[in-house]
Amino acid sequence: MSICMLRRASATIAALGLWLGSSSAALADWEVNMPVGVTAISQEVYGLHMLIFGICCVIAVIVFGAMIISLIRHRRSLGVTPATFSHSTKAEIIWTIIPILILVGMAVPAADTLVRMEDTRNSDITVKVTAYQWKWHYDYIDHGVDFFSNLATSSNLARQLDSGIDPYSVENYLLDVDNPLVVPVGAKVRLLLTASDVIHSWWVPDLGGKRDAIPGFVNEFWFKADEVGVYRGQCAELCGRDHGFMPVVVNVVSEEDYDTWLVDQGGSVQIQTAALTPTAAPVQVAPASAPVAAAPAAEWTMALAMSQGESQYNTSCAACHQANGQGLPPTFPAIAGSAMATGDIVAHIDIAIHGRPGTAMAAFGPQLSDEQLAAIVTYQRNAFGNDTGDLVKPADIAAAR
Amino acid sequence: MSTTTATHDDHAHEPTGLIRWLTTTNHKDIGTLYLVFSLAMFFVGGAMAMVIRAELFQPGLQWVDPGFFNQMTTMHALVMIFGGVMPAFVGLANWMVPLMIGAPDMALPRLNNWSFWILPFAFALLLTPLVLGLFGIGGGAPAGGWTMYPPLVLQTGNAFPFLIFAVHLMGISSVLGAINIIVTIMNMRAPGMTLLKMPLFVWTWLITAYLLILVMPVLAGAVTMLLTDKYFGTSFFLAAGGGDPVMFQHIFWFFGHPEVYIMILPAFGIVSQIIPTFARKPLFGYDSMVYATASIAFLSFIVWAHHMFTVGMPLAGQLFFMLATMLIAVPTGVKVFNWVATMWKGAMTFETPMLFAIAFVFLFTIGGFSGLMLAIVPADLQYHDSYFVVAHFHYVLVPGAVFGIMAGVYYWLPKWTGHMYNEKLGKLHFWLSAIFVNVTFFPQHFVGLAGMPRRIPDYATQFADFNAISSIGSFVFGLAQLIFLYVIWSCARGGKKAEAQVWEGAEGLEWTVPSPAPHHTFDVPPVVR
Repeated sequence: MSICMLRRASATIAALGLWLGSSSAALADWEVNMPVGVTAISQEVYGLHMLIFGICCVIAVIVFGAMIISLIRHRRSLGVTPATFSHSTKAEIIWTIIPILILVGMAVPAADTLVRMEDTRNSDITVKVTAYQWKWHYDYIDHGVDFFSNLATSSNLARQLDSGIDPYSVENYLLDVDNPLVVPVGAKVRLLLTASDVIHSWWVPDLGGKRDAIPGFVNEFWFKADEVGVYRGQCAELCGRDHGFMPVVVNVVSEEDYDTWLVDQGGSVQIQTAALTPTAAPVQVAPASAPVAAAPAAEWTMALAMSQGESQYNTSCAACHQANGQGLPPTFPAIAGSAMATGDIVAHIDIAIHGRPGTAMAAFGPQLSDEQLAAIVTYQRNAFGNDTGDLVKPADIAAAR
Repeated sequence: MSTTTATHDDHAHEPTGLIRWLTTTNHKDIGTLYLVFSLAMFFVGGAMAMVIRAELFQPGLQWVDPGFFNQMTTMHALVMIFGGVMPAFVGLANWMVPLMIGAPDMALPRLNNWSFWILPFAFALLLTPLVLGLFGIGGGAPAGGWTMYPPLVLQTGNAFPFLIFAVHLMGISSVLGAINIIVTIMNMRAPGMTLLKMPLFVWTWLITAYLLILVMPVLAGAVTMLLTDKYFGTSFFLAAGGGDPVMFQHIFWFFGHPEVYIMILPAFGIVSQIIPTFARKPLFGYDSMVYATASIAFLSFIVWAHHMFTVGMPLAGQLFFMLATMLIAVPTGVKVFNWVATMWKGAMTFETPMLFAIAFVFLFTIGGFSGLMLAIVPADLQYHDSYFVVAHFHYVLVPGAVFGIMAGVYYWLPKWTGHMYNEKLGKLHFWLSAIFVNVTFFPQHFVGLAGMPRRIPDYATQFADFNAISSIGSFVFGLAQLIFLYVIWSCARGGKKAEAQVWEGAEGLEWTVPSPAPHHTFDVPPVVR
């Protein structure tokens, strides 16, 4: 009985937390639920979490309800005679099928969100995050800025054994650093995570999750914060003695403040090494980052597209698909005679722009201009004996982006 | 013929005192040894939990330094899993499986003796660095977590080989015990005891024993690779040498997830014995219980990577492990529904074993719900390695596995000792345990969701209130276990005589022998109709 009441109390508290939403500052001491967070993904995750929690509560009410009724009514002290039934095929089929249906209902939205979470393409900023025992190193590889992020001194003094400093007197105790990660609001930030010693895990609840930083591996994680603010988290994977003392702080600022900050850090607002990790958004600031195709003013003809396409193909595609379009199956499929290059033109453009996640097929949309992509797709559809006669225009690419 | 075997002499030539226990090949003696050992480890591991909760009572470091804190979390897990829960189930199997299937003893009695006596040495080895560390010698116990993830675990100092060899010994002990149980069940059932007439405790143990044989060697292989990585220049798990630290996690959890079921399936069996007895009604859906147990065991082999969704797996891998994990809810649900249907329209009484069994169904189900939530990958990326996970697995292990063991102990204690235990104290023990296990672990869901990572010795101040509640709960829960100790001790010493049929509604061969069960039972096999 006490358990059931606890269960109900918790549901009530959780509902209260939901109602009070993310204005949690005043309520921080009794926070009981997952933060809604400030990214579209974190909000989806929160929704999934509440959905599944709700389903579990409904099942709990039914199962525990039946049990409690039984505990009240089917007791010997009431003089009842025990029944003798020992199975019911019908009941057993029902309570096998219904849970399966419920599970399918849970899995579909979960898979949908997961696919979006895993899509790290088309990021605006890439930051390489290297975890050390027990600090983080952030490297803005396109802007020439890098620095370490350590536990703030005030927390570090207070957290020593018998320090005599009251943790309550320290602002953001254990959740403050000397140099936070600074990112602009509304930008898709891609983190490339690795570690130099042991496994760590980069976690900021408000940004919708965590990802391990593993020595010898580069993991990807992305977030797009919709609100300016300071978001705090911690290392989540046991990484030794000071595992509890390597917080993560992300400072989400306006675009202007971000640019100012970059300059203050001695970096450049413009992308320095576009070839390494091309990004899309700063293109407005620095259009030079996407190489401009030769003679853009000229009329877009088949001959022009094929000649440009051949050189671009050899630069961007031939390493895998080979200069003769035969590819290296099964890993790298052939272009010559392929269903992709001779079939639906929309699908062909789509794979060129967006790539195919989980394979070596990269997304070329952020790397190449409309003209370049139009030339490549035209070339692929007319070279190697494909002869479809399709002329893809730069506008087609722009429309498909 | 039966007269010659039945009039066995009374074993007056058997040794007494310590030598008796060292050399015994009797399943009841060995069962007792396992249970006493497990009880001792339960208190050792519990003391470590008290250190952890004392440090977490308030923000700031008051009692121990972070290194020692990590030693405590690591050792608490190893001691409770390998020293507390697993030997307790093996002890119960030793005592009860032969009695339940009408066998005179385990099939391999000397092996049985050996599999127990390995354990004290394994734990002496495991605990040595900790004890020496307390006296200022050496670097203390392993502190890399019970999951022993490289490269961190390779930073362990001189405690490292102690850890590896202790794990090897525990594994040998478990595999030998499992072989014995399988051989006994397969070969020594009384005439007429077909497989589908076996009590569920025997069934769940049969399946558990197969799990043990399949996965303990995998763990042994994994820790051996750790050993050679550390001392012999190999690079199985070291990226710098071309190895793969994530591979360890795959191998470890291929052991680790079946291990989770090794710790819960026998508890399912115990609860399936107890609920029909006190509901005075046959178990609902016996066949489906057996099939559900087998399905859970099978599924346990294809869900391991749900412990590591954050390592960066391919999308397809994440989806597969999510779906496979969710599927486990189906057979588990069948079991819970069957228990409820067994109670339904019964004539229940609420002696201590039944109270623990009912609490098991309630609280294990709550742990099941949080398990289902953890299977949802996008949400798991938030829950993973937070206190939500700590709350989840303590719900399935403490009010799950441990309550199952306690239910079994209260249920069969009169059969073992020949005395009734003190029912009042038993109920007091139950209510304190059931209330304070929730006070301890329920708030951990909240701090986990709010962002508190697990395995940290100190935390931000917004987590302080729930941590204080959790610590208070754990202290009372810990103290309440002293009542358990006293009840067992006093029941062994004396009390109201127990009859052969201890519980009016109980069925099974174990209730046909006198209480206490004589040293040798079923010298002549009973006939089961």
